Amino acid sequence: MAEVTGIKEIIKPENLVYKKTKLMTDKVLSYCPGCGHGTAHRILAEIIDEEGLQSETIGICPVGCSVLLYEFIDIDWQEAAHGRAPALATAIKRLLPEKFVFTYQGDGDLAAIGTAETIHACNRGENILIIFINNGIYGMTGGQMAPTTLPGMRSSTSPYGRDVKIMGNPLKMTDIVATLLGTYYVTRQSVHTPANVKKTKKAMRKAVQYQKLNKGTCFIEIVSNCPSNWKMTPVQSNKWMEENMFPYYPLGDLKIPAEQITQKTSNSEKND
Amino acid sequence: MEKELRLMKGNEAVAEAAIRAGTDGYFGYPITPQSEILEYLMEAKPYETTGMVVLQAESEVAAINMVYGGAACGKKVMTTSSSPGISLKQEGITYIAGAELPCLIVNVVRGGPGLGTIQPAQSDYFQATKGGGHGDYHLIVLAPASVQEMADFVELSFDLAFKYRNPVMMLSDGAIGQMMEKVWLSPQKERSKTVPGWATTGKPPTRERIIITSLDLDPNAQERFNQKLVAKYNEIREKEVRYEEFQLEDAEYILVAYGTSARVCQKSVQLARNEGIKVGLLRPITLFPFPSKRLNELAGKAKMMFSIEMSAGQMVEDVLLSVNGKVPVYHFGRMGGIVTAPEEVVEFLKSKIGG
Amino acid sequence: MTEEIIIAGFGGQGVLSMGKIMAYSGVMQDMEVTWMPSYGPEMRGGTANVIVILSSDRISSPIIKHFDTAIILNQQSLDKFESSVKQGGILIYDSNGITRHPERKDITIYRVDAAEEAGKMGNPKIFNMVVLGGFLKVKPIIKIENVIKGLKKSLPERYHSLIPMNEKALQRGTEIIKKV
Repeated sequence: MAEVTGIKEIIKPENLVYKKTKLMTDKVLSYCPGCGHGTAHRILAEIIDEEGLQSETIGICPVGCSVLLYEFIDIDWQEAAHGRAPALATAIKRLLPEKFVFTYQGDGDLAAIGTAETIHACNRGENILIIFINNGIYGMTGGQMAPTTLPGMRSSTSPYGRDVKIMGNPLKMTDIVATLLGTYYVTRQSVHTPANVKKTKKAMRKAVQYQKLNKGTCFIEIVSNCPSNWKMTPVQSNKWMEENMFPYYPLGDLKIPAEQITQKTSNSEKND
Repeated sequence: MEKELRLMKGNEAVAEAAIRAGTDGYFGYPITPQSEILEYLMEAKPYETTGMVVLQAESEVAAINMVYGGAACGKKVMTTSSSPGISLKQEGITYIAGAELPCLIVNVVRGGPGLGTIQPAQSDYFQATKGGGHGDYHLIVLAPASVQEMADFVELSFDLAFKYRNPVMMLSDGAIGQMMEKVWLSPQKERSKTVPGWATTGKPPTRERIIITSLDLDPNAQERFNQKLVAKYNEIREKEVRYEEFQLEDAEYILVAYGTSARVCQKSVQLARNEGIKVGLLRPITLFPFPSKRLNELAGKAKMMFSIEMSAGQMVEDVLLSVNGKVPVYHFGRMGGIVTAPEEVVEFLKSKIGG
Repeated sequence: MTEEIIIAGFGGQGVLSMGKIMAYSGVMQDMEVTWMPSYGPEMRGGTANVIVILSSDRISSPIIKHFDTAIILNQQSLDKFESSVKQGGILIYDSNGITRHPERKDITIYRVDAAEEAGKMGNPKIFNMVVLGGFLKVKPIIKIENVIKGLKKSLPERYHSLIPMNEKALQRGTEIIKKV
């Protein structure tokens, strides 16, 4: 055993295993304990920092729990009306094509009120990144049913569980946008374990690269949790997410660039 | 450079003037009677010459939000539509007003409510001048009465929009949009390279991050912001009133009319004067700010005032407030897409003065 | 000088383009002009019409109810606009398809059988230019040379080869128009 060290020793830079990312501000996050938003924000901030994009980035905040996202990451921001972020991003990117432009939207914002803006921005192949946080519920307004709420899942507006005969089926927006000709890279990830965080971060890095190459819309869904409105502890919520959300919203790439497909095919041919 | 003479529709004049004014982006959606604007721009392809972005959006809602995004980057951006489409844009317009962004919105008005008619009307006056969307705000509203003004007011609108960081609306109508007249076009201006300090362009280490938003969860802060807006609107009321007077020197009866109705009323004035009735016309060019002071002065000299508008009586409320009881005020005008005939105005006038 | 004109007929008869050519010609002659079309899907009894005002002064209302000249190209338009001609004004009509001829006695009525003439000339499309020629004969407010200039200005280059044919049609119109 190493000798007991003092606090000064522990916080020596070489001993630190975790610290605040440079681009995260000192503002205390407004999210509930265990919420995935904080992790997603951090990955985003890390990517922007690591890619040296702070002075090149314009982000668009949604309406929803992450409405105050502009308080947390130190970049230029525009706050959109509910669901309209992809329209803002369209104009920003077309008027300032050299900038890195992304939207960060929840399921109500992106998959309900903003369905048209989402689909058409993706269909036009706008050179933007859309980050879609899907926790199957309206968090900020207090746990109402979202377009992505699972069948049978309770919410304040489906108190007996989502009855798909009455309330319709959960919408798989990511599957839809993957079919559109304008999207280049579409993937579904999560941020509830370190391994998943790594994958999500890798996906974001790819999206940054693709945007630099003007390849079309990149779309990253992050299936996430909502301990407060799911009425669970953070640990329970992650378990519930794995058991219920992932079967309906399976993780993985839904659309990858053609050159990667060719590579994969040639690799598998070699393997054969 | 000299101005260029063309014969153009009002809608085409807006489009050509937008290119020449160095507009950075146009975002629109087709609707009669203004679709020629987007058609003209797509045919002119300014993206190949000035670099102006032209995009047909998926809806009026998307178009106005594209305007928000572009305006927040400090760009000269605009959208155009007609009444039902302008209703759809109201969400975006109130956010733009709330975020204090400059932009140009053109409404080529048609008759309503609802789907209404595609023929000209002036029934969107309340919506244009009193806010239109939710919250306490005003647009600066310009009312062109000719194809020339459809062109000239594009640049004026952008100037005012950037001066006050406020959305500007050109309130036109189907008649002015569809008719052709001579128009002198200004020479091509280069698109501006200066970026306003408040615009989002990516945060360099040398400055604080810029946040364009209309959100303030602290009611005290929100109230301070509302007070700031009020002060701005008062300054606009003080400095930006524009109007035109027509044969008012000896007028006993004053017509107040804007846009197409003002053109109709010029003829009515001629017809009435031929019959020896001393009539004049005040044409508000800005509907917000409204020429209230001037109307109040004129009310002291006139026997009656008439608000002539193609609506059920909207601007008449501002005329009434302006004259504050000094003189009787009447409203007259056709609705539903019918343009008031000059003779009808004279008949109405005579019915009131008993002449 | 102010001339207030309505041209009315079926959609597709070249009503709007005849008005446009008049307006362009007016511009060539340094006049003020307005060209106000009926627009959209027609709801006015199957007629398309355009109001053209040519003036040496600033033009007031682009939309008016009474005209110095009405150029009428079908029965519905005749029924609708005969009464709109100012006293002492002019009504020009093509008798093709007309079953009830104009009846007013306080205006001057001219007939120009332009559809028939254009057919004889082998090009029904120049029908409206024959009518315009007739109008300019009785109301020479625009010089034919300015009409040609206007045509050159308004037509895309690829159609300029058609201008001599149009000029001929204008000329023919001046010859065949007759007072009723």
